[in-house]
Amino acid sequence: MLLPFRLARPAEPVFSPTARWGLMLIVLFALSVGAAEAQTSAGQPGILATIWKWTPLLAQGFALNIAISFLAMAIGTAAGVPLGICQISLLPPLRGGSWFVTQFFRNSPWLVLLFYCMLLLPFEVNIAGHIVPIPGWIKSTVGLSLPVMANMSELVRGAIRSIPAGQWEAADALAFSRRQILWMIILPQCVKRMTPPWMNLYAILTVATPLCSVVGVSEAMTLTRDALASEARNELLVPMYLYLLAAFFVYCYPIARATQALEKKFAVK
Amino acid sequence: MDFSPLWDWFRWLNGATGIKLTIFYDSFDRWRFFYGFLTSVRLQATCLALSVVVGVVGAWLQGARSRILRGALQGYIQFFRNTPPLVQLYFFYFALGYVLSVEGDGGLRQTLVSSFAWAVICLSLYAGAFNIEIFRAGIEAVPKETVEAAEALGYSRLGAYVYIVLPLAFRISLPALNNNLVNLVKTTTISYAIAVPEMLYVANQIWSDEVNVPEMMNVLLIAYVSLVGVVVLVMNKWERALRVPGYVS
Amino acid sequence: MTEPLIRIQDIHKSFAKVEVLSGISMDVAKGEVVCVIGPSGSGKSTLLRCVNALVPIDKGSIVVDGQEVHDPKLDKLALRRKVGMVFQQYNLFPHKTALENVMMAPVHVLKQDKKEVEARARGLIKKVRLEGKESSYPGELSGGQQQRVAIARSLAMQPEVMLFDEVTAALDPETVKEVLLAIRELAEEGMTCMIVTHEMGFAREIAGHVYFTDRGVIVEHGPPKEFFSGAKDPRTRQFLSQIL
Repeated sequence: MLLPFRLARPAEPVFSPTARWGLMLIVLFALSVGAAEAQTSAGQPGILATIWKWTPLLAQGFALNIAISFLAMAIGTAAGVPLGICQISLLPPLRGGSWFVTQFFRNSPWLVLLFYCMLLLPFEVNIAGHIVPIPGWIKSTVGLSLPVMANMSELVRGAIRSIPAGQWEAADALAFSRRQILWMIILPQCVKRMTPPWMNLYAILTVATPLCSVVGVSEAMTLTRDALASEARNELLVPMYLYLLAAFFVYCYPIARATQALEKKFAVK
Repeated sequence: MDFSPLWDWFRWLNGATGIKLTIFYDSFDRWRFFYGFLTSVRLQATCLALSVVVGVVGAWLQGARSRILRGALQGYIQFFRNTPPLVQLYFFYFALGYVLSVEGDGGLRQTLVSSFAWAVICLSLYAGAFNIEIFRAGIEAVPKETVEAAEALGYSRLGAYVYIVLPLAFRISLPALNNNLVNLVKTTTISYAIAVPEMLYVANQIWSDEVNVPEMMNVLLIAYVSLVGVVVLVMNKWERALRVPGYVS
Repeated sequence: MTEPLIRIQDIHKSFAKVEVLSGISMDVAKGEVVCVIGPSGSGKSTLLRCVNALVPIDKGSIVVDGQEVHDPKLDKLALRRKVGMVFQQYNLFPHKTALENVMMAPVHVLKQDKKEVEARARGLIKKVRLEGKESSYPGELSGGQQQRVAIARSLAMQPEVMLFDEVTAALDPETVKEVLLAIRELAEEGMTCMIVTHEMGFAREIAGHVYFTDRGVIVEHGPPKEFFSGAKDPRTRQFLSQIL
């Protein structure tokens, strides 16, 4: 029986929500392991043992995913904030230009940008006579930071515009300069508003990092596929992929919860 | 219409500058790129429609009485929202695709679901998970006084839902929905990874054959930005058309 | 004496553990206009919501036109057709024009012919002096105009009783008059009205009977002349001295 718009809240959960979803994934994983174990022929190592054997390598790959996400977030934020501020510049060319850059990178698929950077950035640079190689993962980090930059730029613009006009007027009346108003009055108020969407952007970026595997970076996804290829056992497919999915879930879900909690906290005030 | 002067101009451009846009003057490349473009559009349109259906049905099911049903739905939403879409796609295509395959002639396994279909299933479920939350937030944002007024006028629960709550919730949801759908259109490119012959995949084939990576990369970027741009434009038009004068949600 | 149109007998209602109505009884005859006044939180709005079954009661009985309102087998549609309600916050449907707001319920709920309903709706909009605003959306109208659309919307169901829940409380002083005028005209035409209001002058002028409620009970009631000039209970006197 379905009731329209009775959005019933479930009764108090026995476990915290995080624990519940974590538990569900573990159960799912265990079931798939169990099912796969049944297909394992005699003389082969067990599924769990096999997964355990590969875990150190996969963990290394996952660490690279996290490193890429940190770095791309840092670059994207550092570039996105000034770009966003330019979007409210009083100079029309600067405003128009930054708007165009923002829209262009916001509307480009992440994977296409990754290919672009991977294939068109040089693989080494010459700095004062020294040949410095640029590894693939750095190039793909740059590729991922472009859309992060564009999204950050929009966040900044939106946050600045959401500050009531009265704040600008009041500061104007107190003879602050435009630059002072922006840096001392408007932007500090934006930081709080931008924190939840910024965290959300980070979560989106993190789940985008496996895209690097498509362009040949040895991160967790690539290594999982390598492991599967070297084992060449079909019954491993489901548990291994679930294992990788669970790793991402365990990392991303708490971030999503924290973002929600912050949003709620800020909404009340 | 005869395009050959245009094609000839691109051939001349290649001779004069070295810019090698084979997709214009080489009829084989032209056709495969066009086919890739069509596949992209078909994939995007199918996923868009299905993900909205998933969203509407899911938001409705969230009001279900069964705790198990609600729990399962919540599990699905959280799973798809918090894991990488690419890994989901691989999981569907390689892992579930293997489970759903049969022993064919000569010991080769035959898949029952094509890569295009897997991409549609996976991406629709992925974007659908976001749509459910978007629609639910829209429904919750309809003031309960408005629903009360409808009840006072004799509307049944279902009547109030159909005539008042849903139209309002839809308008409230539209900006977030647009955002998510644009995101979906961009995300369809990941089906490259399971060899769906869409634009990125075809472009990759072309630049491998013709060794014209920079040209194809730029063509690809412009093509995608324009495709997404069209979606953004249509969505914004739609949003404006549905806007009610004087109503700020 | 004829049977009253609304008979409320000893109703009780609690929200969580707070009792909002603790034994209220009143009769409203056909064509009568009663005003309910009292401090905020005295249960006036809840009383009105009980009459058209938006809020279920815990104890007691409400009979409207021979029908027990809180009978679980009650046909709510039939009740709400008889009882119209206008809210403090108007609660118009923001995605529909003024005319559509008035037409919606008769067309969707009563399944009446669209052409007939439209003719009637246009008449009602004219009646509340909003001619020319038919295709405006609620967001484009002032509070007073929206409230008059809400009155027309309720009247379109051709009710026998109208409930008004502090309908001028959210309005600018200038627009209060036009809404009160619309209600007065209705009352003069013989519509049975239950009005919860803070407008004492209006209550004195229009009401056949005034009820003063405080903390969930009726403290005092009577015809307006006696009520306003010779209130006996100290609570009533204190309230009136604060308001007037």
